Order: sequence, then C-alpha cells, then structure tokens
Amino acid sequence: MSPRAASRLTSLGFREVYDYVAGEADWFASGLAREGRDAAIPRVGDVARGDVPTCRLTDLVGDVQVRVRTAGWDICLVVNDECVVLGRIRAPALAADSTVPVEQVMEAGPTTVRPDARLADVAHRMHDKNTHSVVVTTSDGRLVGLIRRDDVGRTL
Amino acid sequence: MPNEIDRHEIKRLLAEGAQLVDVLPADEYEAEHIAGAVNIPLKALNRETATRLDPNRPVIVYCWDYQ
Repeated sequence: MSPRAASRLTSLGFREVYDYVAGEADWFASGLAREGRDAAIPRVGDVARGDVPTCRLTDLVGDVQVRVRTAGWDICLVVNDECVVLGRIRAPALAADSTVPVEQVMEAGPTTVRPDARLADVAHRMHDKNTHSVVVTTSDGRLVGLIRRDDVGRTL
Repeated sequence: MPNEIDRHEIKRLLAEGAQLVDVLPADEYEAEHIAGAVNIPLKALNRETATRLDPNRPVIVYCWDYQ
C-alpha cells in the first residue's frame, strides 16, 4: 500500500518522498510513540524493566552472579555488542561453576515479546504457562527489558 | 522509485521537518497510528487531498507493514 502511495505522491509533483516499508508494525514493535483511540491500552513496553542485568557470552558466571545479586535480581540476560538477546541465565545456573563462561550455562533463545503487545494478553499467557518473566525485544531482537509477573499484576 | 527508509532515518527526517503520512483507512488510523502522522488513505490520495502536504518538505508514507 505505501509503495503505491509514494509513487502517487511522486506523480503529483512531490520531489522528496520516502517509503517506510516496515510500517507502523515495526514502529510499534520498537516501543516508539503512538497516538489514537487504542494508544492508552497498557502494553508490554509500559512495564518492561530496562534495568535488568545483562552480560556477555564470555563473562564468567562467578562475576555475573555477584553483579546480578548486588543489583537485587535473580536473572541476567546475555546480549551481544548490538544488545541482541542471545540467552538468559536464571538462579540455578548462576549458582553453577563460577569459573565457566556464561555461554556454557545459559538458556539459549528465550521466548520474547514485542513492546507493543497488549499487556493483558501477555499476562494471560504468562499465567497459563506459569511463566514468571518474559524478555521484551524489538523486532530485530534488541533488548528492551524484562517483564515480571508481579509487575504485570500491579499494572492491570 | 521512492526511497525506502527505516525507523532510525525517519526520526532524523522528522526532526528536520519531514511530514509523516499514514495511508491506511481512516478507521485504522483512528484506532492507532504513529505519533504525529496525518491520515490520507491510499484510496483518497489525489491532487486535492495532497494539498494538505507541503510539497517543499520531505514526505514519508507508511501503512501497517510490507503490504
């Protein structure tokens, strides 16, 4: 639809026309500003905790464990230089051999949701699957934050 | 062919005064749209409705996704 609109505007004499082909689905999935009747509906991005601890594949579990506990968390997300989420380490893995790299104990490819997902829908799924937290990323896999069932419960 | 751009480029262009146009039907626009966008549905895009836009400033069009 937008390529045709762009071509039509060009035919009408507009000289500088751009086509955002990924569209509002991409914009919303990145947690960027929206307007309209449904804009006030709570979204995952509204409660995602951006301060969730992160680490790299090569970090040692012992170092990560100290950092995570000091920050008051029991979970750490493994990201690369572009902040793309590669894995997750939860409490049992944090208590594993402290001398091994994170890569050896992480859970690879955790389930993620986009920031524009409706919070009530995700809360439902978390309840059904007895999930305590879900990773929130943009559509290109970059970390936005983590939602926790307790935080969701307080918002809804 | 129009230039394809991503959201990072859009932010830059908007800061420079570009116009953002949602070409989805009006009911979809009213439900939700990118902040700051105006609505000119594709079916209603013509010489008359295009007068809402300044031809001397960049225009960015979008719909839902790769439709």
